[in-house]
Amino acid sequence: MILARMQPTTTWYLLLAAAVFAIGAVGLLVRRNPLVMFMCVELMLNAVNLTFVALARRLNDINGQTVVFFVLVVAAAEVVVGLGIVVAILRRKPGATADDIAMLKG
Amino acid sequence: MEAFVFIVAAAMVLAGAIGVVVRRHPVHCALSLILTLFGVAVLFIAQDAQFLAVVQVIVYAGAIVVLFLFVIMLLGVDKVESLRIEPLKIQRPLAAVVGVGLLVLTGGAVLRSGTKTAPVVDSVVKDQPNVNQLARSIFGVNVFAFELTSVLLVVAVVGTMLLTRRPGRGGSVRVSTVSAVPGVSDGDSR
Repeated sequence: MILARMQPTTTWYLLLAAAVFAIGAVGLLVRRNPLVMFMCVELMLNAVNLTFVALARRLNDINGQTVVFFVLVVAAAEVVVGLGIVVAILRRKPGATADDIAMLKG
Repeated sequence: MEAFVFIVAAAMVLAGAIGVVVRRHPVHCALSLILTLFGVAVLFIAQDAQFLAVVQVIVYAGAIVVLFLFVIMLLGVDKVESLRIEPLKIQRPLAAVVGVGLLVLTGGAVLRSGTKTAPVVDSVVKDQPNVNQLARSIFGVNVFAFELTSVLLVVAVVGTMLLTRRPGRGGSVRVSTVSAVPGVSDGDSR
């Protein structure tokens, strides 16, 4: 069997991360529900995390994993603040999509 | 064997990611996100990052997605979003262009650079467990950044409490950032 002899290289992981990042970016642009847009941002963050871990292993550098740890913390804080804003907006304007929240438009 | 694990986990990740984008129901999106996060955790373990895999499952799948589900449940925004409606006609094609462009550019960069890069820093000690090495890095070299993250988390929690409290009920401080903006003021929805 070919699969048993193949070793996944760093390139495989990096390509997978690139694909997930692109999917997240498309979702962020296409979807209008603010919650789903947040989930797409999480997808992109995960793709970056995967890149960091793959390169940390490739370069024998533990600091890549340290960066992922900090990204996790910042992502948690970001989700808390972002969902707080979403809750505050949706409470005043039920069913608002990203198009309805356009008062910052010049 | 490792290739088999990679392919299964990559299929999980990609299926979940596409599910987040194309599922119409927000709850289904959140569950697809969980699938992706578990796949990424498997890939972390395959890449000798055991601690991060555990943290990924606990923090992301256990806390962040549950937070998403709580917001969906509490606000009742679990309405099915019609993906047919396009407010901006050119948005979908542009999004497709951006997606394909990102994929081609990042993938091309990865393939072009290849694996020629030499190890720069050799900070991984082979005979030590992953957690020990990570602890040395976080609590040693990067301890100042670690302390700063605690400040960040406290600020985020306090800020969220200020943002989401209902204004004008008992409290003496009336902070309502959103209602100060025209368009989503209180009078607008009532």
